[in-house]
Amino acid sequence: MNLYALLFLVTGLGVIAWLTGRARAARYGAASKHRLHSLPGQHGLYVAMWTVIPALFFVIIWSIFTPNLATEAVLRDPQAFALPAFGYEREAVLNEIRARAAGSEYGFYPAAEQLAPVYLQASRFYSWIGTGIAILLAFACGAFAYTRIRADFRARTRVERTVMLALLVASLIAILTTLGIFLSLLFESLRFFAMVPITDFLFGTTWSPQVIDPADPGATLGAVPLFWGTFFIGAVIAMLVAIPFGLMSAIYLTQYAKPVVRKWMKPMLEILAGVPTVVYGYFAALTVGPAIRDFAVSLGFTYASSESALAAGLVMGVMIIPFVSSMADDSIAAVPSAMRDGSLAMGATSSETIRKVLLPAALPGVVAGVLLAVSRAIGETMIVVMAASGAANITANPFESATTVTKQIVDLLTGEAEFDSPKTLAAFALGLTLFLITFLLNIVALRVVKKYREAYD
Amino acid sequence: MTQVDFADTAETSAAPAVAPGVPKMAAQGVNVFYGEKQAIRDVSIDVNMENVTAFIGPSGCGKSTFLRTLNRMNDTVASARVEGLITLDGENIYDKTMDVVQLRARVGMVFQKPNPFPKSIYENVAYGPRIHGLARAKGDMDQIVERSLKRAGLWEEVKDRLQDSGTALSGGQQQRLCIARAIAVDPEVILMDEPCSALDPIATAKIEELIHELRGRYAIVIVTHNMQQAARVSQRTAFFHLGTLIEYGETDQIFTAPRQERTKDYITGRYG
Repeated sequence: MNLYALLFLVTGLGVIAWLTGRARAARYGAASKHRLHSLPGQHGLYVAMWTVIPALFFVIIWSIFTPNLATEAVLRDPQAFALPAFGYEREAVLNEIRARAAGSEYGFYPAAEQLAPVYLQASRFYSWIGTGIAILLAFACGAFAYTRIRADFRARTRVERTVMLALLVASLIAILTTLGIFLSLLFESLRFFAMVPITDFLFGTTWSPQVIDPADPGATLGAVPLFWGTFFIGAVIAMLVAIPFGLMSAIYLTQYAKPVVRKWMKPMLEILAGVPTVVYGYFAALTVGPAIRDFAVSLGFTYASSESALAAGLVMGVMIIPFVSSMADDSIAAVPSAMRDGSLAMGATSSETIRKVLLPAALPGVVAGVLLAVSRAIGETMIVVMAASGAANITANPFESATTVTKQIVDLLTGEAEFDSPKTLAAFALGLTLFLITFLLNIVALRVVKKYREAYD
Repeated sequence: MTQVDFADTAETSAAPAVAPGVPKMAAQGVNVFYGEKQAIRDVSIDVNMENVTAFIGPSGCGKSTFLRTLNRMNDTVASARVEGLITLDGENIYDKTMDVVQLRARVGMVFQKPNPFPKSIYENVAYGPRIHGLARAKGDMDQIVERSLKRAGLWEEVKDRLQDSGTALSGGQQQRLCIARAIAVDPEVILMDEPCSALDPIATAKIEELIHELRGRYAIVIVTHNMQQAARVSQRTAFFHLGTLIEYGETDQIFTAPRQERTKDYITGRYG
């Protein structure tokens, strides 16, 4: 039976369960001298939940296992003994069998064409079994819940608890996904570090994955130039743009701007945060990069590249301005107005008050905002993919080209890639390292924010 | 501790409507508006150097608003508008030529809730002198800080920990630190906006004692909702109600023989 039909059926059973549960509770309510503990509708929901949730749970589990069971059935078939014993070819044939069973007309292996009907039959068989069990389960659990309905049965608390559990599961999904991402990165990285010594990767200063010596893959897979480029573009150049402009716009908006001006300027500034990064990428690659190259040439840097660190960093800095500005805005606004009044009443001017009282008091919040902005900047990919170069230089000259971790990950994983070479696996090691760095930055930033929140409570 | 001599107030009580002697600050026909709403109606009052002047009245009567017009702190409220004439030593403080920075150096303020800056005790007191460039030689600032803390009666308690944060002090100490901060720039007038309302009775007693000691050196104007406090610390009392000045006179007279019915009702606890 089709999965969607089954879901529809279970849902229908749920509605019926709701109606019967509600009706039974209402009858109890009418017959009893006491009032029902819970409303009839809550009893209905209770029965419906018992009917639907276990059955659905079973369907999900069953649909995960069905393909495996069907594959087992295929392998038991006498014709399957002729299949290649191991490895990629065997997998390829089995994949083709599944594809043919799902309706594909095209194929490469004749064995697959013969075995496809076997697979189809087996999976139909298991699917019917699954449907039968699911419906039985729905009825059994529904009936169990139905029999528990009494006038004093606490259906309401049970329904509430189920809702709470559902919410908990929803929130766990995000956490578990993060954990899953981390673990997959970790395992791939461990494979990489089995081939390349971790010290070569972390401290090596030569990055050129195009030429890997199989005898010593670590020699050309040193990540220092990439992390230097990332730091130089994301944490130095971008922050030289984002911190002053973000901070000054926050000061203007909180201290000087009239309410009308603030009402218009703040959303406009926040639009910057909504511009897709790929658009910043064009801007950096097509407008800012060539302009900076021309400027550098006019200064006498004859080998200036249009893919300079400065172009990517400047545009990234502009992109980050709203982050710094909105964090700074919040933390300046959180400084009690008594501080400001106290300073003004001493005869301090507005700018003295900002410099000597408001900014020192807001500093932890501003620092946290900057750290978050840095972690966002060094993880930023699209701008550097479009505007930064692929050349891994360790340079402090902003007109020279530099590359970043994210740009190299994209380069390593796009195009022809074998997933067991050090070159490709290096992408995971880079990703893991970058992940750990931004993770640490975020933790530090959150701690700083927390500490500063306590300061005025 | 200083004994307050109420005898000298008796000599200087010729005209009850205005303070005797040369007025330090004088307001004539002052109106204050917040947007469309009028908070102060036609208030005229004089404040002189010899006396502590108390503003009393029920909550929302405009006494704090009026106090804040005296050093133009209402300028920081975008919707506030002040009409009328307020002078300091005969100079109109709302005149275009009046520099608000200098005005506030001459007319200091202490707020309702102690608001020391999150800096060291020393830096809190040195804040104003630094802004106004009062310390020229190297040791001057130390002297100013010590003198201000001594005048505020805080020196003995904090002299060994001047580098500790001002926010780590107790509420009463914080408020005395704020007074020290205000007197460090050597103002002529000190405005106090309910300076004890956030303090316990012992800290309140210390502040009141301090006000007695500061009297004569500075013209002091104190807003209070506590009538006993007004009676204890002030020589002149102004009673505000619904944005108007109902009665202004010697404190003794206001509390024992008010001329206005509304003053009498308020003093005797009929409303407020």
